[in-house]
Formats: sequence, C-alpha cells, structure tokens
Amino acid sequence: MQIMTDRLTIPEGRQLADRIGDLSGQKIASCYQCGECTAGCPVAYTADLMPNQVIRMVQLGQDSVLESSMIWLCVGCETCATRCPRSVELSKVMDALRETAVARKSRVREPAILTFHKTFLKSVERMGRTHEVSMLAEYKLRSRDLFSDIFLGMRMFLKGKLALVPKFIKGKDEVGRIIRNE
Amino acid sequence: MARVGVFVCWCGSNIAKTVDVEKVAEAASKMPSVAYATHYKYMCSEPGQNLVKQAIEEHKLTRIVVASCSPRLHEPTFQRCISEAGLNPYMLEMANIREHCSWVHEDKEAATQKAIDLTAMAVAKAIRNEALSQQEIPLTKTALVIGGGVAGIQAALDIANAGYQVTLVERTPSIGGRMAQYDKTFPTLDCAACILTPKMVDCASNPNIRIMSYSEVENVSGFVGNFDITIRRRARSIDMAKCTGCGVCYEKCPVKLPSEFDEGLGQRRAIYVPFPQAVPNVPVIDREKCRKFLDDKCGACQKLCPADAVDYTQEDELITERFGAIVVATGFQTWDPAEYGNLGYGIYPDVITGLQFERLINASGPTDGKLVRPSDHTVPKNVVFISCIGSRDDEHGYPYCSKVCCMYNAKHALLLKEKNHDAQAYVFYTDIRANGKGYEEFVRRAIEKYGAIYLRGRVSRVFEMDGKLYVRGVDTLAGKPVEIEADMVVLASAMEAQPDAKDLARKLGISVDEYNWFSEAHPKLRPVEVLTAGIYLAGACQYPKDIPDSVAQASGAASKVLGLFSKPNILSEPMVAEVNEDNCVGCLLCKEVCPYTAIEAKVLVDRNGNPIKTVSSVNEGLCHGCGTCVAACRSSSIQLRGFKDNQILAEIDALAFSE
Amino acid sequence: MKYAYFPGCSLHSTASEYDLSTKAVCRELGIELEEIPDWNCCGATSGHSLNKEVGIALPLRNLAKAEEMGLDVVTPCAACFNRLKSADDIVKRDPAMLALMAEKYGVNYKGTVNTLSLLSVVYGLGVEAIQSHVKRELAGLKPACYYGCLLLRPPDVADFDDAENPISLDELMGSLGAEAVKWPYKTECCGASLSLSKSEIVVKLTHDILSMAKRSGANCIVTACPLCQGNLDMRQSQVEAKYGEEFGLPIFYFTQLMGAAFGLPDSSLGFNKLMVNPGAVLAAVGSEGK
Repeated sequence: MQIMTDRLTIPEGRQLADRIGDLSGQKIASCYQCGECTAGCPVAYTADLMPNQVIRMVQLGQDSVLESSMIWLCVGCETCATRCPRSVELSKVMDALRETAVARKSRVREPAILTFHKTFLKSVERMGRTHEVSMLAEYKLRSRDLFSDIFLGMRMFLKGKLALVPKFIKGKDEVGRIIRNE
Repeated sequence: MARVGVFVCWCGSNIAKTVDVEKVAEAASKMPSVAYATHYKYMCSEPGQNLVKQAIEEHKLTRIVVASCSPRLHEPTFQRCISEAGLNPYMLEMANIREHCSWVHEDKEAATQKAIDLTAMAVAKAIRNEALSQQEIPLTKTALVIGGGVAGIQAALDIANAGYQVTLVERTPSIGGRMAQYDKTFPTLDCAACILTPKMVDCASNPNIRIMSYSEVENVSGFVGNFDITIRRRARSIDMAKCTGCGVCYEKCPVKLPSEFDEGLGQRRAIYVPFPQAVPNVPVIDREKCRKFLDDKCGACQKLCPADAVDYTQEDELITERFGAIVVATGFQTWDPAEYGNLGYGIYPDVITGLQFERLINASGPTDGKLVRPSDHTVPKNVVFISCIGSRDDEHGYPYCSKVCCMYNAKHALLLKEKNHDAQAYVFYTDIRANGKGYEEFVRRAIEKYGAIYLRGRVSRVFEMDGKLYVRGVDTLAGKPVEIEADMVVLASAMEAQPDAKDLARKLGISVDEYNWFSEAHPKLRPVEVLTAGIYLAGACQYPKDIPDSVAQASGAASKVLGLFSKPNILSEPMVAEVNEDNCVGCLLCKEVCPYTAIEAKVLVDRNGNPIKTVSSVNEGLCHGCGTCVAACRSSSIQLRGFKDNQILAEIDALAFSE
Repeated sequence: MKYAYFPGCSLHSTASEYDLSTKAVCRELGIELEEIPDWNCCGATSGHSLNKEVGIALPLRNLAKAEEMGLDVVTPCAACFNRLKSADDIVKRDPAMLALMAEKYGVNYKGTVNTLSLLSVVYGLGVEAIQSHVKRELAGLKPACYYGCLLLRPPDVADFDDAENPISLDELMGSLGAEAVKWPYKTECCGASLSLSKSEIVVKLTHDILSMAKRSGANCIVTACPLCQGNLDMRQSQVEAKYGEEFGLPIFYFTQLMGAAFGLPDSSLGFNKLMVNPGAVLAAVGSEGK
C-alpha cells in the first residue's frame, strides 16, 4: 500500500497501455523516450505535456493524461510518426487518447477543439459533406466565440468563398448512419 | 554379442520435469542387447561420468547409450569418458531427449513415450557401431591475417612473436586501419598514431611477418591446418624494392581527388600514400584516375622519380599458398547519415560525421589539425554533437547500439574546447554508454571540467540559414523542445559491416548475422572462434567495439592459433565417407555431387601395375560427412562411418516396431 | 488517362479556385476527371480524431464508389488524399477491418482502387511533357514551394517524393520557368485544422512560415493543400498586424500557376479569389491577376 500518495502511483496491470495500444495499433512499450517526437512537434511549444510525456504517462498507466491539452492540440501532422526510431506512430496514439477521453467523459482541457470536431462531424452527418457557413455558425454558437474572425468571415463571403446554400448529398442518410456508428 | 549400457539423465529438472526418467530407464533395461540401464541427475558431472565408467567395468559393457541433451553439447564429454574406461570413443550413441523432447513438449505421458522410442533407436544404432579412430593430418604452421587494422596488427604480432610465420593482408595501400584515422583515443587521450605506428613498424620489421598491402584474398579452399588461399597482390605500379618513399611523385601529380582517408574532406593525388606514416611507405597509382592509364598522357611521376621505381607495366600478381589458420580482422565502415533527410548531411557542408570531425582535428588531416568549418574555413564556436545516428533505430537504420559513439562524443566535446577555448559543445544523447575502465569518469570530465552541455533527447531537424545551422531537438529532462544556433553539427554515425563482408564470409565458408557481422561460434563462451575450424575473429568485424576490446580479442584469436600450432598435427574427424572399393563401379556420381570436392577418382592396379578398375576415393580431411554422396550412390558402395545404412535402418525398425 | 475525381469539401467552397484551376489544367494536359457521384466528406481531421472506425468508413465509402466506376482516384486536397490513402492501406492490410466496414458500416469495398494526389499525377507526366504546354514562362516568379504535412507524411502512406527534402513541386515550378527558392520550411506544419478552434497557434505557425519564405527571397508561396493555402492566405493580414511585419506574399495553388503558364484564361484559374492580392506579382510575369 502506498505511503506517499502525492507521488506517482503506478497501477498494477497494463490496462491503459493495453487499451490505447489496441485502439491505436501501436506498441506502447516500444517507446524509449528519446524525445524525437517532441523535438519535431509544431504545437509542443504551447502544450501542457510534451508528446513524449504523453506516451510516457500511458506507459505508466496514468489516466490523467486523458485530461491533458496536448492530446487535443495535436493536429495530426505526422512529423512524429515519420521520424520515430522505434516505429511508433504517436499520431495514432493521440487519436486513441482522444477517442478514449470522449468515451470515458474525461475532462476536456481544450473544449473549443472538441466542439469544432463535433460540429464538423455534425455537418457531415446531416448533409454528407461539410457546409462551411452553417458549420461556422454552429461552431461559433457552441463555443460561444461569436466575434473573433468576424471580419475575416465577411471578407471571405465577399470573395465568394462561402457558399451559402448547403448541398445535401443523396447518400446523406448512409453517411449519417456511419457517423452515428450504427 | 553387444552389451549395451543405457544411462538416462534427469538434467536437473530440464528433462525430468517433462519426461519420466525412471520409466525410460526401466523400459531401456528390457530392450534387446541392453545389459544395464540406470538414471542419474546429472550424467555429465563427475559422479555421473564415474557412474558410467564403473558400470562399463562391472557389467562388461561394450556399447554405451546416453539419453540426455544434444550431442552438440556433450558428445565429446562422453566420448572422452568412455575412452578413459577403455572403450573406443565411437561406441557411444546419444539419444537427445532434451532439445528434441522435454524442451519442446508439454504432455508428460507422450513425451515419456517419445523418450523411450528415441532411446530404443539409439540402442539399435549403437549395437551396430564400429570402432573408429582419428587420423593424423599434417598441418602447415603459418597464419594468414586478413585486415591490417589494430586488431589484425595485434594478432599478427602475437603469432609472429611466438615464432610462426604470418602473412598480413590489407586491402588499402597501408596497414593501420581506422585507428590510423583517429586523432586522440579515449579515455587516455593518447594520440592514436603515436601508439599505433610503433606497432605498425614492428610488423614491418618483424622477420616473421610478411605484409601484403594493396592486396585482397581472392579464393579460399581447404580445411583447418591446410587452407589453400589465393591472394591477389594488386599492381601498385611502383617497384617496392626501388622506392625510397621520398614523395616527389605525389607532390607533382596533377590529378586531385577526394581522399578516402580524410573521409572526403581532403584531397589526394592519383599517385598517393594514404597518410604520412603509411606502412609500407610506398605509394600506389589509382589506375582508374591516373591520366597515364586513362589517356596515355602525363607520366610525370615516372619522369621525376629519382629511384626509377615507377613501373606502369606492373601487373596484378596471384599468389597461392597454404596456411594453417586464418584470423579475420576486416573491421567496419560507417553508415551514411544522408538516410536521415531531416539532418541535412550531404546537403549542408558543415554537417559532418564523427569520423570526419576526427580528420579535421588531426594534425595530418586536411586542415593540418585546425578545426575549421568545411564551408568557409572559419573557426566554429557552437558545435552540436548528435548521438545514435543510424544506431538504435529500427525504422531508418540498425536496431543495435554502436558502442563507441557516447565515448567519442565526449572526447570530441573535450577536444573541441582544447582547440578553441571559446567553443561550446552541445551533446544530444539518448543514453550514455560509458562502461569501460575510466569511461564514466571521462564523460563526467567532459561535462564538468570542459563545460560540455549534455541535452537528453534526439534532434528532429537541422537546417541552414545565413551561414548558421539551426538544430531543433529536445531536452526531455527539462521537458521542452530546444533550438541551438550552431556553426557545425557532428553526427555520431552507426558502425556497420564492410560492404563485402558477406562475400568474404562466402569465400571462407563462415556465417554472418543479419547485419553482416561475422558470427562467432558462441556469443558468450567462444567469442573469437567461428563454427569452421581454423578460422578466428578479431576486432570490429564481429560487432562494434572499441580499441581495447579489439586488441584483447585479437590476442585471444592469436592464442587460439597458437593452440592449434602447438600440436604436431591435426586429428581428423573419422565420421566421414568410406568407399567399398570391391563394390564401387566407378561411375563417379558421388564426385559430381560432393559440395566439398572431397572425392576423387582412383585407379586400382594389380601387383604388376596394370589398371583393374576406377573407383571413388574420399579425402578424409576435406570430407565434412554431409552424406550427399551416400544418397547419390546407386550401388550403396559409399557409406558414412557412424551413420551407415544398416544403422539407420535399424533405428527406423526400432521406432516402427515399438509398442 | 482517366481518373475518378474526389474534390473534397473545401474545393466546393473556400478553395473553389483550386477546383477551377485543377479542372482547367487537367483539361489542357489531357487528364480526364470524372467526379465521383454523390461523394461524401472524407472526415478530414475530425473523423479520425474522434473515432477510428468512422475515420476509415467515411473515406472508404468514396473508394467503394470509385471502384464501381472502375477507376483510380485522384484528389487535389492533401488531407483528403491522406485520409483516402490511409483508409485504403489499413483495409488492404487488415481483412478483418475490411469485413467490419462492410458489415457494420455498409461500405462494400473490395480493395482494388489506387489513390493518388493530384501533384503526383501531374508530376508523373514528366517535366518535359509539362514544359511542352508552357506558352508563357513565369520568369521573375520566385515561389517558396510549400508542401505541408499530409501530402508527404508518413512516407509509407504517401508513397511519393521525399518526406524530408521533397522536390516535385520545385521541379514543377522550374518547368514553368519560375525560380523556386531554396528554403527550409517546405514541410513545416501550418496548424491545419486548429484555424478556428485555436487560431493563435495557426497565427504563430503561419507567421513562421511566411517570415522564412520572405527571408529566403520568395515573392510568393505555392501550395498543394486547401488548408495550407487557407491558413497562409486568409490569416496573412492578421499575422502582419500581430507581428508588425509586412509580407504581401500571394499564396497560389500550383494548378493556378500552371494554368497561367499554359496561357489559360484567368477566369478559369480563380486568381480573384485569393485574399492576398497576387496582382503585383503576376503583373511582373505577364499575367493579369484580377
């Protein structure tokens, strides 16, 4: 039984590593923490955990990693996966962490980013494609960020970059079903 | 009538856990011709062996079956044991009930039955064993050392100083190898040339050593004690007897080429010695680049040579000689870091390898030891050293660790500061492997006394902008990505096998591993031998290693050679093919199929010298006992001693008709 | 050569100039494009970020449709390319996943389609072939070729050019008479899909790219991805304001420049849709950007 509870507790068994490993298809134990991923990550400069620390937390079974901002900031640029000397695709691990965080209803440290993804997929679910205007509007409402980019939006509209009329594809129900996982 | 003794081993729990050993012994006691059967915990131990010897005497045993581990492990042990008890050692048969039974099965009942079957087969075979004896084969007590680096040099000196003739073959124009390229060596900071050149000169002046430089092994045949080897002595285009080493020829040669010795950073001429302390100090002409050979122009060297030593008509020489032992010391090369497109090697001239850095700081190097940037010849202030370039990287390079890089990075960080007191070294490392004598202290000295900044992590990107190199890496200990504005970046590139290691292995008939390092006979217990008798390994050609280990291994290999040469002759393996000359019709099909060219035609003559018939004849020294000839022979006239047809058939019967 | 054409959502809205210019250039080069009927969104970043299976099923539906057409797929959008190709690679290697796609998601794909990026198809024609269509050399144009992330990474998925030191776009620009500058940020990330949800990151990363392009002597940037183009173009004035620096670098799609060099009418190339006015730069090379 742990005496110093403010120290890291390493849980018995490998549940988190196994779950994330299975979902991502990556060998979590392969990582030897060289930091190549962190060295090349474009968003590491502003994240709470470095990419190598994220996978370290998974190796040590720390569920708190599901509440980090790093897993949401990851843009999937695949720089880490390309350069990792252990052939670990960290980008896929990040995907698995996001999926798991949502499934377990963990606290999302970057709610705006999750809102964006959800809004995006909602648009696809309804129409089969993203309709940028309605998606933008919905995103702004949900994230309660109404006014940023408003001038940019106007300029885009004036340049004819925002199609007002949405296009519903014939197979929208099919696509809707895919997204709802039915 | 044979009296067979069966000894079943428990091997601790290795066999006994899965095989009911007592039951096997009991079943054996009922087998035909078995006069005595017992079991014991460790048959190979002293009491175990004594048990065998006592039983032989008590029960007048004539054949022995040991049901235990693989004969590869203990056949010689038990052969020795029974011969001490007065039996011919080839009256032994082993039933492998460990590797072939207890170690690969889990069902105890089935495994026990299988062990009984294997023992019955061994008994059936043993009854038909014949007494065999080893032949004495003469051996030639001269050694061939392939590779003239520090390992080859050490092996040659050790063998020569014991009084035997050694030929040292080296592919490049001079001996010295990689160590000659180094500046100072860790952890003592001895100057590499200063400690190596005396040994090189020793080799040259030792009456027992013949150096064949600019030469390569072309063909190898034969066997231990009797290797027939053809060496190609390539045409230097210089008469070595006349050359005084004055150097006028290469001073005046108009052709300038990148120097291999300087790792492409410096230049040499078409006629050249690779470095000033070369042994032999005789140049060679690179005929692929020399104007005389390409367009029949120039010819300056010949005109200027005061000793009239230049000879354009010289030709390669093929020399075939017999050697008793071979030491392979062919060394390594370094991996090309251009594979890492993100680090800019091959794109930016100031991104170099560790070996190139070594040449830059070496007084005999392309800049006379002045550490300057290849791009603009200015003195670098911030130098970044990156570890694990191509090592520990399954994705882009090799999964193994190259062993020496952590140490030479520390050395370079230290020497950088000595060359330029204002310089700052940054070393990116993943782990620090400093496990030799004085190594850990050396690394701490580089950090604590010489101010090297060690950053734990890899580098993701190096690019150049306005004459500076930007290095983007990470320090995982501080937990942040890092950027360094550097003047030079040095990559600790992986050690890899020579490009033709596999070819040489094929010529010698030895194995390489998946990375083309030569395979030792046993990684722990037989690190300087290979599975082919008479051939030994020394130095980095077996696996990345540093100078102390290379020298130690070289002396180890030499001691094996001396052990071989200390005997008057070699004892042959008797389990080879044997021809029944009465039966043989002389079709010579066996000669066609023999992979070791061990079979020749022989003409039998009557007492007046008239030929009677042609038959096959086996050279017992060359025969490896593979049995291909036995399979090919249509009249069963050729048999393998110890594995004759009647023995094999008896084994099959014993198995087929068992209960 | 005929391909099943997958434009992707942005080519029908914010990146419509890419769609326009792609069609114009392909017509000129004899590449026949048949748009996949009733195609759906590939899922972009959001699909695979939230659900692995959805991230495969969405692109796979399009590949199944292309399979019915009996054609290989070409797509101008780098993200769509990466999603389509990744999904394809996964199901080609994992028969259990392929079966799951059919059973659970109703996507019946047999795995017979190849997926290619538009750049790889165009580059595959060869520099000489492209040059033969050039009516007006783009001399004076000094583009910084910006490849972005998903066009080339990871190398075993993208299977095109070199992920660290690519040259296809540079050589393509060379064949048009332009002088691609040497610069180190060819494949640095622009911040991609964080443009709305974390725009400060995109502003920072695009600033770094724009600044490096300018420092390397470029007078414009050429891209092959709507997200890259969008970030660098639409947020450029914001970046200038935040950092107090002036860039004025037009952000072209490579197909627009090809069209200009081929002498195709400007109306088919959509120069007027670019936020950073390309007029000055194009005037210098003889094309009027309206």
